Amino acid sequence: MLASGRTVSSRLLRPTAWLPLRLSSERAAASFAQKELIKKHEQDEPRPLYMDFQATTPMDPRVLDAMLPYQVNYYGNPHSRTHAYGWESESAMETARKQVADLIGADPREIVFTSGATESNNMAIKGVARFYKAKKRHVITTQTEHKCVLDSCRILESEGFDVTYLPVQNNGLLDLELLEASIRTDTSLVSVMTVNNEIGVKQPIKEIGQICRSKGVFFHTDAAQAVGKIPISISDWKIDLMSISGHKIYGPKGVGALYVRRRPRVRLEPIQNGGGQERGLRSGTVPTPLAVGLGAACSIAQEEMEYDHQRVSMLANRLVQKVMSEIPDVIMNGDPEQRYPGCINLSFAYVEGESLLMALKDVALSSGSACTSASLEPSYVLRAIGADEDLAHSSIRFGIGRFTTEEEVDYTAEKCIEQVHRLREMSPLWEMSQEGIDLKSINWTQH
Amino acid sequence: MAAAARSQVMSLYRTMLRESAKFPSYNYRNYALRRVRDAFKANRNVEDPKAVERLMEEGWQTLALIQRQVSIGKMYEAQKTVVD
Repeated sequence: MLASGRTVSSRLLRPTAWLPLRLSSERAAASFAQKELIKKHEQDEPRPLYMDFQATTPMDPRVLDAMLPYQVNYYGNPHSRTHAYGWESESAMETARKQVADLIGADPREIVFTSGATESNNMAIKGVARFYKAKKRHVITTQTEHKCVLDSCRILESEGFDVTYLPVQNNGLLDLELLEASIRTDTSLVSVMTVNNEIGVKQPIKEIGQICRSKGVFFHTDAAQAVGKIPISISDWKIDLMSISGHKIYGPKGVGALYVRRRPRVRLEPIQNGGGQERGLRSGTVPTPLAVGLGAACSIAQEEMEYDHQRVSMLANRLVQKVMSEIPDVIMNGDPEQRYPGCINLSFAYVEGESLLMALKDVALSSGSACTSASLEPSYVLRAIGADEDLAHSSIRFGIGRFTTEEEVDYTAEKCIEQVHRLREMSPLWEMSQEGIDLKSINWTQH
Repeated sequence: MAAAARSQVMSLYRTMLRESAKFPSYNYRNYALRRVRDAFKANRNVEDPKAVERLMEEGWQTLALIQRQVSIGKMYEAQKTVVD
């Protein structure tokens, strides 16, 4: 609404309406018109439904509402100590810090704002390992971690550290005895993610925390997919470091946080140096609007956690029941009980994952995580849980979130069933398996 | 003043639903409608007048938020989704 009380017509605000048609040559004008027509046609195409909540989430309107004042009028640098712009910005940042801390049961002084969970993971792993490198040269992680954790560990290896990548069982869960046996006297850090972004499996964090605490090893968890969705308590679970991502919990992209325990103190070598902001652990101006957004997202998540969890579980069951009752030979990857319901990874035998995704063009889905979807290799997470090569290629990840409706779930299930049937009709492997031939016994020879 | 008579609560409820229905985005619209309905349903038996007052205040603030976000949604409207 304008100050005068009139609303601006949305038509006037569409970018194309303002373009002046003052073009010199006719050819240029024709191509311009063509482009306009293409654009117009694209604008008539309905958008696909969003079912990829693990890749990112839309911002909750309440979060945007909290952020906008800091993008428009309250634009001060929170580290400016001498004027009201700085003070109000700092106050907002500290409120946000408290909101993030309250969600995980921490003290606000233990929260460091970062640019996202990737930076938090880098800070935690490289920072802790490098700080304690005089006496401790060993780090433990799992094979199903996010790429940023695995890549940070790879860098540590090149610096002379020993890294153990623990395998997971077929249900995606870590074997606790194996973990305990792998901890050495010179282990400084164990890093295990809380909820996996590809298969939704929830690791036994409480038990892992207990083991690490009893052995005097720091425990880091990448909780990007878990924060705000399942109740987390850093004291109950004995977590020393935790990564939080803003855009996985209906907050803005470009912000995250790292929880760093103060009692007993965890020391880190910072990877970003500068003016000493954020306790010296992460220098740089804290982006107030983003921090406010993260704080608001956390506070909303805390209030809505139970409501959302119930709803997401209900929708997930609905989807899985529908799909599995109509199509045979569908496998859910990951433990059926120890999981976050909103992340469902299904493998459809005898159907190629990419073709199914293309066939389901009305639904925004993914096979494997967004950061690895550019490569042609099947997901390393599926390989780690022992999925067959061909099943790993046929897996699709369905993500359900706060804003998903029953209609969307039903539409997705129906389209999925329809397309799987169609693709299987075309598949010679399906034909063969229907005739009772055991595909594993076939000797595929070259001509 | 009697804390929020039933008619006031119902009036707020209806207004919130009416404003929520104006969200251009399918997902936001359905979420707002559902959440408002479920929130009022969950609090229908609250007796304490102070609590009712506080909830009503929250309701008014949420209503203002919905109105602002609806305007923003209209300013940056995109095409409808497949199920819309």
